[in-house]
Amino acid sequence: MSAAQLIAAALLVPAAGAGLLALAGRRPNLREAVTLVAAALLFACVVALAPPVLAGARPQLFALELLPGIALGFRVEPLGMLFALVASGLWIVNSLYSIGYMRANGEPHQTRFYACFALALAATMGIAFAANLLTLFLFYEMLTLVTWPLVTHHGDDEARAGGRVYLGLLLGTSIVLLLPAIIATWAYAGTLEFAPGGILRDAGLSGPALGGLLALYVFGIGKAALMPVHRWLPAAMVAPTPVSALLHAVAVVKAGVFAVLKVILYVFGVEALAGVRASDWLPAVAGFTVIAASIVALHADNLKRRLAYSTVSQLSYVVLSASLLVPLSAAAAALHIAAHALGKITLFFAAGAIYTVTGKTEVSQLDGVGRRMPWTMGAFAVGALSLIGIPPAAGFLSKWLMFQGAAAAGHWPALVVLGASTLLNAAYFLPIVHAAFLRAPPAGEPGHGEAPWTMVAALTATAAATLALPFAAAVPLALARATAGL
Amino acid sequence: MSVASHYSYWITVLLMTAGLYIVIARGNLVKKLIGLAIFQTSVYLLYIAPGKLIGGTAPIVAEAFKLYSNPLPHVLILTAIVVGVATLALGLAITVRVRETYGSIEEDEILAADRDDPDGA
Amino acid sequence: MILEHLPALQVTVPLAAAPLIVLVRQSTVAWGVATAVSWFAFAAALLLATQVAGGGPVSYALGSWPPPWGIEYRVDALSAFVLVLVSGVAAVVAPFAWRSVAAELPRDRVYLFYALYCLCLAGLLGMTITGDAFNLFVFMEISSLASYVLIALGRHRRALLAAYQYLILGTIGATFYVIGVGLLYLMTGTLNLADMAARLPALAGTRPVLAALAFITVGVSLKLALFPLHLWLPNAYAYAPSAVTAFLAATATKVSVYILLRFYFGVFGARLVVGELPMPEILLALSILAIVTASLVALWQADLKRLLAYSSVAQIGYITLGVGMASRDGLTAAVVHLFNHGITKGALFLLVGGIALRAGRAGFERLQGLGQVMPLTSLGIVLAGLSLIGVPGTAGFISKWYLVLGAIEAERWWLAALVVATSLIAVAYVWRFVEAAYLAPPGAATPQPGEAPRAMLVPAWLLVAACIWFGLDTSFTVRGARSAALLLLGGAP
Repeated sequence: MSAAQLIAAALLVPAAGAGLLALAGRRPNLREAVTLVAAALLFACVVALAPPVLAGARPQLFALELLPGIALGFRVEPLGMLFALVASGLWIVNSLYSIGYMRANGEPHQTRFYACFALALAATMGIAFAANLLTLFLFYEMLTLVTWPLVTHHGDDEARAGGRVYLGLLLGTSIVLLLPAIIATWAYAGTLEFAPGGILRDAGLSGPALGGLLALYVFGIGKAALMPVHRWLPAAMVAPTPVSALLHAVAVVKAGVFAVLKVILYVFGVEALAGVRASDWLPAVAGFTVIAASIVALHADNLKRRLAYSTVSQLSYVVLSASLLVPLSAAAAALHIAAHALGKITLFFAAGAIYTVTGKTEVSQLDGVGRRMPWTMGAFAVGALSLIGIPPAAGFLSKWLMFQGAAAAGHWPALVVLGASTLLNAAYFLPIVHAAFLRAPPAGEPGHGEAPWTMVAALTATAAATLALPFAAAVPLALARATAGL
Repeated sequence: MSVASHYSYWITVLLMTAGLYIVIARGNLVKKLIGLAIFQTSVYLLYIAPGKLIGGTAPIVAEAFKLYSNPLPHVLILTAIVVGVATLALGLAITVRVRETYGSIEEDEILAADRDDPDGA
Repeated sequence: MILEHLPALQVTVPLAAAPLIVLVRQSTVAWGVATAVSWFAFAAALLLATQVAGGGPVSYALGSWPPPWGIEYRVDALSAFVLVLVSGVAAVVAPFAWRSVAAELPRDRVYLFYALYCLCLAGLLGMTITGDAFNLFVFMEISSLASYVLIALGRHRRALLAAYQYLILGTIGATFYVIGVGLLYLMTGTLNLADMAARLPALAGTRPVLAALAFITVGVSLKLALFPLHLWLPNAYAYAPSAVTAFLAATATKVSVYILLRFYFGVFGARLVVGELPMPEILLALSILAIVTASLVALWQADLKRLLAYSSVAQIGYITLGVGMASRDGLTAAVVHLFNHGITKGALFLLVGGIALRAGRAGFERLQGLGQVMPLTSLGIVLAGLSLIGVPGTAGFISKWYLVLGAIEAERWWLAALVVATSLIAVAYVWRFVEAAYLAPPGAATPQPGEAPRAMLVPAWLLVAACIWFGLDTSFTVRGARSAALLLLGGAP
């Protein structure tokens, strides 16, 4: 298949999968099989696109002209490739996990669940491969709308309230801030195509105007969860854990920081921003989010809430790195998209497994869980180590690059933030691991075993990948470095 | 040319405002329609009066008739009168149906009836 | 032969069909004639549009009397665009009406409904195609009188008062329009729009001309339902039969916008209206008021049909906002939203018609859990609702794009912010439906599981598909709107 056909397949396979599994709704095993096959096929298409991209090609696909002069078009470049690999690869694992979770918990509306999931992946691929801002925006909005049924899955009052915050913040920021930013870019730059070096160089915008436009973008891309538009992420934790795992650890949030990274690199251009100092405020905002979110995580007793705020914090690592405007930190940002995804999804898988087997949701209830669920908590420990940044977990690699990048930029506040947050990460993760393994379970608690095998298999796989990444980092590193132009 | 010589325009304005006032100020459905008809009559006058030229005659192509009054406004107003008649007839028909349904043609009574019994057929 | 007289046939075929239907009386034949006539009108409009796109404006002298003495029918980029919209909507609503009208009207009145439907269609098409100011008034009243009766045919008794109120306000509006035309005739001596446009620049500052502009503005604004002259609309749309609401919501106000555009830019000219008078500022102010207040009121409605009616007032505000910007992108936005809103609201009201058939009324207590009992209808409402919000991939997005672009290019950042911020109110009221239909279990008042009949669902979904189609393939709408905007700003009609 030609590269253009592969791009089309990457979008159509999940979409077709959604349709097929909706038809197969009456036969759960067939339906689950459709999901797994679609996920595998998608990953195969995406992997097939990797070699040409690594060799320097930029496959593209033009779909149709949406507005005069602006096309619905796709182009695969290294950053998008990295994102697509992570998302599509983890969909397979997440589908396996979902099967276990949904059946063990007897969740209703499973067909709707799997169908919306497939559509969400189609939208994610659209975001990853978007060639211009309008295509990105289209799939970005589609992602918000398609994940709303997943967030409000349980249909109760809590779900409805969480859904309102989710939709309100994400649609609010994208319609009120991001859309005008895109239209203004079109008005000033005359194009919306992503280009290395940016498209706003010759647009004749002053430094403050560029800074304002950047602010519109950064806060308009609400999925990047910069404070104060981050509240949708903890609100989305009302969703079933597979949703939190793939979407709110991987697809949705990474789409956010991916978009921010693309905007900084390919719309504004690093030189343009550095030249007029239009983005000097951004490291401060990102740094604040990193620390503030970590502090909230420290005090959160609900496990998913702690993980959600940890995600907010880790996302701002990416934004912080990108805003330092040196190639090394751009590469670090790109790599962290992959590293954090692996670690976080493991943590969420573990949280969901604990909930499924024991019904426990609070950190304070987790004493001794590790002894009865060694695989689950072992994976949790690996994920925690990755997020803290301890070798040999994946997070170490990206964090090390981030430190190097901050040093290269001479930005000592960023170094302080990175260091402080590492300590905070340790402070809110290590006690959980400690309590789970080294404390005795509360007396009189009924015994329980491990989670269902599908869930354990999934979380073991991601934990193993987290540990393996530093050793098999060639492709991700190459893509990250190519993103930064190194 | 004085203010008084424009008396046709003054009458036009008088009819216009009187008609509109009746429509707004009266709650009886038939009276509103009468106000509307008066309002429309002012328009007829607005068109026809300027069409008559001093010393103008009907447009007859013959030696003795030099200055023609404008026949076009008459044609237009005939159309407008027909439209006005149709509107009046339609309005009265609706008023008859309202009377049959609500038992009253006073706007405030009808609105009160709707407020008290919003789902009445 | 047919092609030669197509402009005349566009209007006379529906017009002649009306008395024919009254003679025939039989309901199914009446429906058949009305549907055939609508489809013919649509085909004719498409043919005319292609003619205009290829060869420039088409001028037809009625009765072979040459303009400016005779009545001229003139099809240019703008009128062709509106003709396609009006006839297209009619062509979709007519098949829908078969089951809908049969359920909502007593059997012996059905043929009268179709006769009036054809009259209304003839009037709307005539308004769009004519190049004569007084002829426009005649067609305006033909369509208005027909629509008053169509509204009065509604099931609920409040339809009568709604029709009466619309009659009073609509007649005042039409009469104001006639007063304006009279003043223009007094000053220019002609009723032909093109001729007026040629003669007016010399008279631009005179008081009768300014008064004429004022009268025509107020008269057309009453028909347009521009805030604060919109009071007839919510009741009229809420209590009329479903097919009537869908048809009128998608066409009547849009043709009134067309009249406004034609007079402002085609007759009076941009130099007078935009350059010398504060019309853009007035229109902007009223549009903003319309959008904000109507959207907020829509949020609190207990009935879906009323909610959509207030939403229409707000969306008309967006159209007049584009007119008020008076720039190339602003006018493109206005014309494009004319079309996009027409198909979006048409789709929504047709789907609500299906709900009315199954549930009797569309109050929110009957919509609980609708996603389970009427899945296709609910999904259609969601998709059309997304177009109302302006989500990319739907037609509504294209309109929003051009509105914001127009505002940014005019350096009016606050206006761009307003346009996008008010979209959030639309999100809120569309999501009211989504939460009721999908997050609540079916309640006591929810209808039994079962979709609306296919004859109603298919036309409705055709319009829903159009909402998505014209959000992705914008060649027809944007090109048509662009040409119309350039035509209007270029001067001569």
